[in-house]
Amino acid sequence: MNALAGSLRIALVGNPNCGKTALFNRITGSQQKVANYAGVTVERKEGRFVGPSGRVMQLLDLPGAYSLDAASPDEAITRDICEGRYPGEAAPDLIVCVADATNLRLHLRFVLEVKRLGRPMVLALNMMDAARKRGIRIDIGALEKALGIAVVETIAVQRGGAAALIERLDASVALDAVAPAMPDDSGQPATEANLHAQVRSMLAAAVTMPRATSAIDDAVDRVVLHPIAGLAILAVVMFLIFQAVFTWAAPVQDAVTYGIGELGAWVGNLLQPMPLLHSLVTDGVFAGLGTVLAFLPQILILFLFILMLEESGYLPRAAFLLDRMMFAAGLTGRSFIPLLSSFACAIPGIMATRSIQDPRDRLTTIMVAPLMTCSARLPVYTLLIAAFIPRQSVLGVFNLQGVVLFVLYFAGVVSALAVAWVIKRMRSDKSEHALLMELPSYRLPNPRDVAIGLWERSKIFLRRVTGIILSLTVLLWFLSSFPSPPDGATQPAIDYSFAGVIGHWMTYIFAPIGFNWQICVALIPGLAAREVAVASLATVYAMSAADDAATAQLGATIASQWSLATALSLLAWYVFAPQCMSTLAVIRRETNSWRNVWISAGYLFGLAYLASLLTYQIAKALT
Amino acid sequence: MVREVEDAHAADPIARRLRELGFVNGEPVRVVASGPIGGDPLLVQIGYTRFALRRAEAERVLLMAGDAA
Repeated sequence: MNALAGSLRIALVGNPNCGKTALFNRITGSQQKVANYAGVTVERKEGRFVGPSGRVMQLLDLPGAYSLDAASPDEAITRDICEGRYPGEAAPDLIVCVADATNLRLHLRFVLEVKRLGRPMVLALNMMDAARKRGIRIDIGALEKALGIAVVETIAVQRGGAAALIERLDASVALDAVAPAMPDDSGQPATEANLHAQVRSMLAAAVTMPRATSAIDDAVDRVVLHPIAGLAILAVVMFLIFQAVFTWAAPVQDAVTYGIGELGAWVGNLLQPMPLLHSLVTDGVFAGLGTVLAFLPQILILFLFILMLEESGYLPRAAFLLDRMMFAAGLTGRSFIPLLSSFACAIPGIMATRSIQDPRDRLTTIMVAPLMTCSARLPVYTLLIAAFIPRQSVLGVFNLQGVVLFVLYFAGVVSALAVAWVIKRMRSDKSEHALLMELPSYRLPNPRDVAIGLWERSKIFLRRVTGIILSLTVLLWFLSSFPSPPDGATQPAIDYSFAGVIGHWMTYIFAPIGFNWQICVALIPGLAAREVAVASLATVYAMSAADDAATAQLGATIASQWSLATALSLLAWYVFAPQCMSTLAVIRRETNSWRNVWISAGYLFGLAYLASLLTYQIAKALT
Repeated sequence: MVREVEDAHAADPIARRLRELGFVNGEPVRVVASGPIGGDPLLVQIGYTRFALRRAEAERVLLMAGDAA
């Protein structure tokens, strides 16, 4: 950081949906650092770039805001940093305010508000390509004159689309061309009416707008927001995603499993002289790593779809369609986006609830987010589905395995709505809370922005795999290897180990829901992260199997040893179980309350036990 | 056309945000679509932007006759 001490600090601010993050990606490329603001979990994105003169500049991407009169924690951070009073953050030397050129009526008001801070600033008129396509003409000179600040056109989604802005920023350092904006040169008190009046006169002076909205948006919205067609499209989109996750990933998954297996065998051969180390590496490290890494393709596909829906502007439409239903359940349409992200992982999902301004709606969303089927459950689901559900077609088009997966996801959604409804009934404060959500213009997802997002998210996943998961698998290997079986033992070695003892002990609680001791053992490390459970099962069965071949065929092993009722019961368990320390830790951090952690862990455990009990007993009676 | 946004109670944050988003005197406004269940929420066009408002929120916006937008 010290090397950058003398460089210019620039903050990027703007309304939500102004293309700010795309512009940030365009300017900084891969030179970004994503972290959190100290003490809170609003994402802090910083990057650096070099101007034509060779000068290094730091760029901070602030959360989107409609107003500096903050209505959510995100907006409060933007306000505090712009005003230079956020603890631990230096005030920016220069503010780049980003405005969507097709939406100036709304965005210029915020520009005026930022200008009143009296800091040096530049206005970036983004999405100029879309503006030109729609025949919008903006007289930059007139706008600069009216605003009293420099105005630069940008096209964030185009190569070189930010070159003019970078040049301007670079020059502003050398020539000091960007004078501090006048706090308020209108001479009028800062009322809403005045700000809006100023915007109107600027628009009249500098902007020609053939029509208020894009004709394409209108046409698409007529279909997508249609009461019947819209809901049908939403259902088809969701269903296609899940079919894709299950079918597209299969070949890649097989390749990953094969590759890791071969590598494990090769390394195992080298370690043959040292039996203990050989066992650790092949049964612990490779068995665990291979089983989990095999699910990376599926997780990437899921992230890819969520990112594309986000980028295209479809997500708020889905929220619009579902608001009434979610409102009846005690949520809001806005909860849809955090809850959908929770399908990938509850952690970013819970963090995304910061966009819900209302604390009460936010808490309810956080409480039910763990019920959304996160990608970490996929390893468990896919393992069990592949082992127990026949691959046959239903109605000629659908794969039965895909249908079961869809049912599991659906069960999570329905129970989330039910729990939210119960929370709504139980709370005493029944005052009104707003939806107030912008439906942005449709955009083709930009491959570069999707790729950057995908890369960031897979990095987080891989870090978890290599860190927590690997160390836990090795710990489990230790527990299941020691102590060694006594001489003349008749049972597999793991029966006599620490893990075996703990597992047998736990069966007193879990026998009624059909779990054998191997599952119980796997549940322990599964507390740290759900996907570890599969790795643990692989380890447990590898340890108890006669030969190493069993490692590779975990699916075949459990298919022959478990009853269908046990498999279904474990699936039901995973729909609800609070098996993720990181999620609980995030709930603690986001709500700042241990009470909420205990409530959510408690209710999830209760539901999981109940659901598994019912599933097991009913399935046993039927089979 | 919008006449004004009325506070539902003292220091109403929803009304304040509506005014910030452009629901101010003389601004043309149009209902573009409504939700699939019970016609709620409403999709409202103000300026160049579309906002989803629940009926309860939209009730704060008082209208007056104006040129058709």
